[in-house]
Amino acid sequence: MSDYKPKIIVFCCNWCSYAGADLAGVSRLQMNPNFRIIRTMCSGRIEPEFILTAFKKGVDGILLTGCHPGDCHYISGNYKALRRYNALKLLLKEMGIDDRRLKLEWISAGEGARFQEVINNFIKTITELGPIV
Amino acid sequence: MNISNRKVGAVLVIGGGIGGVQASLDLADSGFKVYLLEKTPSIGGVMAQLDKTFPTNDCSMCILAPKLVSAGRHPNIELITYAELVGIQGGPGDFSVQILKRSPFVDWEKCNGCGVCWEKCPIMVDSDFECGLGKRKAIYVPFPQAVPNKAVIDKEHCTYFVKGGKCRVCQILCPAKAVDFNIPDKQIDIKVGSIIIGTGLKTFDPHLKSIFGYGKYANVIKSIELERILNASGPFQGHLVRPSDRKEPHRVAFIQCVGSRDVKAGNNYCSSVCCVYAIKEAILMKEHNRSLDCTIFYMDMRTFGKGFESYYKRAKEKYGIKFKRAMIGEILELAENRNLLLKYEDEDGNLKREKFDLVVLSVGLKPDENVKNLAEILNLDLSEFGFIKSIHFSPVETIRPGIFVCGTASAPKDIPETVTEASASAQKAIELIKEERHKLTRKIEYPGEVDFSGQQPRIGVFVCHCGINIAGTVKVMEVVEYAKTLPNVVYAENNLYSCSDDSQQHIKEMIEKHKLNRVVVAACTPRTHEPLFQETIREKGLNKFLLEFTNIRDQCSWVHSHQPDLATEKAKDLVRMACARANHLEPLPTITIPVTQSGLVIGGGISGMNAALGLANQGYKVYLVEEKEELGGNARHINRTIDGRNVKEYLQSLIKNVQTHPNIKVYKNSKLESVSGYIGNFRTRIKIQGEETKKNELVEIEHGVIIVATGAQEYKPTEYLYGKDSRIITQRELEEKIFSHPTMESFNDKTIVMIQCVGSRDNERKYCSRICCSQAIKNALLIKQKDPDAEVFIFYKDIRTYGINEIFYQKARDTGVIFVRYDDDAKPEIFGRNGALFIKTKEPILNEEIELPVDFVVLSTGLIPDKSNREIAQLLKVPLNEDGFFLEAHMKLRPVDFATDGIFICGMAHSPKTIDESIAQAQAASARAGIILSKDTIEVLPIVAEVDTEKCIGCGICEKLCAYQAHELKKTEKGYRSEVISAYCKGCGSCAASCPQMAINMKHFTNEQIMAMVEAI
Ligand code: FES
Repeated sequence: MSDYKPKIIVFCCNWCSYAGADLAGVSRLQMNPNFRIIRTMCSGRIEPEFILTAFKKGVDGILLTGCHPGDCHYISGNYKALRRYNALKLLLKEMGIDDRRLKLEWISAGEGARFQEVINNFIKTITELGPIV
Repeated sequence: MNISNRKVGAVLVIGGGIGGVQASLDLADSGFKVYLLEKTPSIGGVMAQLDKTFPTNDCSMCILAPKLVSAGRHPNIELITYAELVGIQGGPGDFSVQILKRSPFVDWEKCNGCGVCWEKCPIMVDSDFECGLGKRKAIYVPFPQAVPNKAVIDKEHCTYFVKGGKCRVCQILCPAKAVDFNIPDKQIDIKVGSIIIGTGLKTFDPHLKSIFGYGKYANVIKSIELERILNASGPFQGHLVRPSDRKEPHRVAFIQCVGSRDVKAGNNYCSSVCCVYAIKEAILMKEHNRSLDCTIFYMDMRTFGKGFESYYKRAKEKYGIKFKRAMIGEILELAENRNLLLKYEDEDGNLKREKFDLVVLSVGLKPDENVKNLAEILNLDLSEFGFIKSIHFSPVETIRPGIFVCGTASAPKDIPETVTEASASAQKAIELIKEERHKLTRKIEYPGEVDFSGQQPRIGVFVCHCGINIAGTVKVMEVVEYAKTLPNVVYAENNLYSCSDDSQQHIKEMIEKHKLNRVVVAACTPRTHEPLFQETIREKGLNKFLLEFTNIRDQCSWVHSHQPDLATEKAKDLVRMACARANHLEPLPTITIPVTQSGLVIGGGISGMNAALGLANQGYKVYLVEEKEELGGNARHINRTIDGRNVKEYLQSLIKNVQTHPNIKVYKNSKLESVSGYIGNFRTRIKIQGEETKKNELVEIEHGVIIVATGAQEYKPTEYLYGKDSRIITQRELEEKIFSHPTMESFNDKTIVMIQCVGSRDNERKYCSRICCSQAIKNALLIKQKDPDAEVFIFYKDIRTYGINEIFYQKARDTGVIFVRYDDDAKPEIFGRNGALFIKTKEPILNEEIELPVDFVVLSTGLIPDKSNREIAQLLKVPLNEDGFFLEAHMKLRPVDFATDGIFICGMAHSPKTIDESIAQAQAASARAGIILSKDTIEVLPIVAEVDTEKCIGCGICEKLCAYQAHELKKTEKGYRSEVISAYCKGCGSCAASCPQMAINMKHFTNEQIMAMVEAI
């Protein structure tokens, strides 16, 4: 299992978590490379469709990230993301997909170290879960 | 000198370093013509020579190059390089200046920087840019990213000139026929309304300190040389080697304060930046070679700026860099291997010797030698150290009206401070000639957009090396080859720096040559560099939304630097995803909106008032909101600056200016209730607490920009028995005592103990509060002056009297103030016994605990973020950093901007700072905000939602959900359908994600585009 490299998508919002990811870079915080970032303007943009398709295509884990509650650049996009996330978790369970494969985390533009930690932990979880088949 | 009525809407900026470039951009963007004068052939200054910048280790050239390119191509900035000022007449508002442009012996109209000439030139010359470690030719451009990218012949070395008419290789081979040995020097006469000096710095010449053996020992180098050694495009291609044998060093020593804090060298001041740049260079060396042993020898570690203290900590704890407090006696070279023997005295007075194989001298900063000359021509005052003097409480204003100064020409400074002052000097210049705005400028025009509809995508991929920032980890050529195999990619290439001027030109050529209709750039972060590439493709008729930018540096090479294979694989994946998305990119129309020409300033302290005055003096209406019932903020508790200026008087006149200014409306006792809108069009509700009635009143204002100036608060200590004994006070309380009871409170024969870093640099607040050292020394000097028999002790960790304030530290020592060092694990203790106060501390020489009776204990308390920060950050949707201060858009080059357009920051809301620094930052913020207000309309992002009325069933979810009321159900013949009001839509995409019919799409973040990326994983 040691050379299993999971496929992981990380959705970042432009204003907080993407900037947090950049800050982690600027601070040279080393992390597991097995993730690919997709940037949208806000976490509220993420459609269930994106996530379901990704899982169908064999992506092993999806991390949604956005601004902390109250900080969303568009007032409440992250709350909408949270609601959708909760619903999606239930749906995943019904579909027989371990719901730990989907996670939502808040990361601010100033939290490079937190970005690193969140990424490393998530990749660890997914690596333990193994391929989605 | 009389101020003439005829004014000229142009400004001469002298010095093409980062300061001059920033001032030029701000002025030109604000509607003024700029002549940017530079004595060398290219703009860029010292920043172009640096490898990385602290404390983010950002690649210096990468963040600088876009600015150079912007200045180079700005229609309202005229570069006059390789030229010097020779004469001036006239007065503020209307100067005539004479400039001497040296002949480059190359016709710059014809030269396109192709490089044939310098490839073929047979003459090798030491390159100044490479600090003599590398060579250039007799015909050359100073560095690869030079702006303008034009060749110059160095007459001193060119065979044609030296041997009288021989050689001519360059002339014969130049494809553009640009070389012309007969071009004479020429004089240029121009008229300007104002002048800004940003001539920058020169590093101290360490030859003058013979004990270090610089120039004699090959392996003693100065810090700026190390920058070049570390740089990927430097003389050793970024390999960390020492000069004598080109071998990797294993033990490196840095020596601090070379030519700084040095009375013998005539440089009594502290150069402010050397501690942090040494830390940076040490970290960079460690990144080159983890097993390197690195020691920094220093007197005080001065990491006083935003983010510096944690950088210092990281250097110690994470990188294992050693810091030794010591006095260096001398350096000797060992004949056998040219290693170096360092003799020094450690903190406990022991004489030590240690061997190193490379020694780096952290040389101080001096004003550029040009300054003396300029001061003569322009009739300016210089300080005893040769810096240009500014007038009281106006740090960028020289004694000569209409002439301003920024950056290291007036004192040692780091890059963000220089950039701040550059914007501030632009502000002052604008105030002088505001009536002439837009008179001499022309609009930026782009060619018409080519219509690609119906055509197959033709994608060009440009992969950046970013020096070694990317290429050091990611195998760039592999990525390029891979990109070529992707669908619809018709061209792919690598660039050393994709953002440099020559690469930008090249990209344009490739767009034309390969008929590209989509461009993918794989480089750093779109957050800083996307606009530059968008401009470039626009110049070739491509809509700017046909660019896709993927981040293979900040989010790939930098965070996976130990896993080159996986990082390369990731970079390929990212390029594949980007190309997949690029296939679906669509051109979007520009949306322009009107600008409300007024500003809101939050906070009525020194910063807020100066920011308000700045905008008001530019002619804009300003609303100033202050929470308290009085203006003045923290400055109300300050009487004097360390150099004796009267703060009380200054504050009074400032308040008066603000309150009587016709353009400023002040709301005291007021708070923000709500903020809505966006750049150019904000709408804010202010809650005013009625003074007598205590009834709240609400007013609503409209404004185009926001400046945050909420300040900071003094930390109220819980340590050292504060609050339990009236003899234990803070510095602020001490200052009030000194000034309010000049006759009552006598300190004669009293013992006063000051303790530094109370509430700063500890586990709870990790940062340094920057001003407390100077504040303590100021008060100590005031006490000593009044009551010479007072005994003053200052307990400190490091004394951080950076810059010119260093001379007051010397003065304090000379006056008998006693400085005692303490370490974190042996802090002094304060206790009471029988009504008396005592301090318990370790006596360093005897190394035993002693107790001393004291009369006063003064705590140098730090500054903490204002309690309103959290709330304001949420209202405005702008970020705070980990310490709770506001986080600017970019630490180095956008110090007063937020990432959100139209919102700015200044003063202690940003981080602790002095009054002068706050004033400069406030003026900078008003200059930056003024750029927006100077326009009637601005372009906003056309990233808005779109409803497919065929699919829409009129359920109304989007209408309910939209936070901006951008969706509206409209009755049509088919029933209700949602309609988007584009002007209200901010582009979050929540509606698109929630539409059960998938009838809503987000432009530029469409379902197809995102899905294409998901599927390409
Ligand atoms: S902008 Fe970050 S979550 Fe909405």
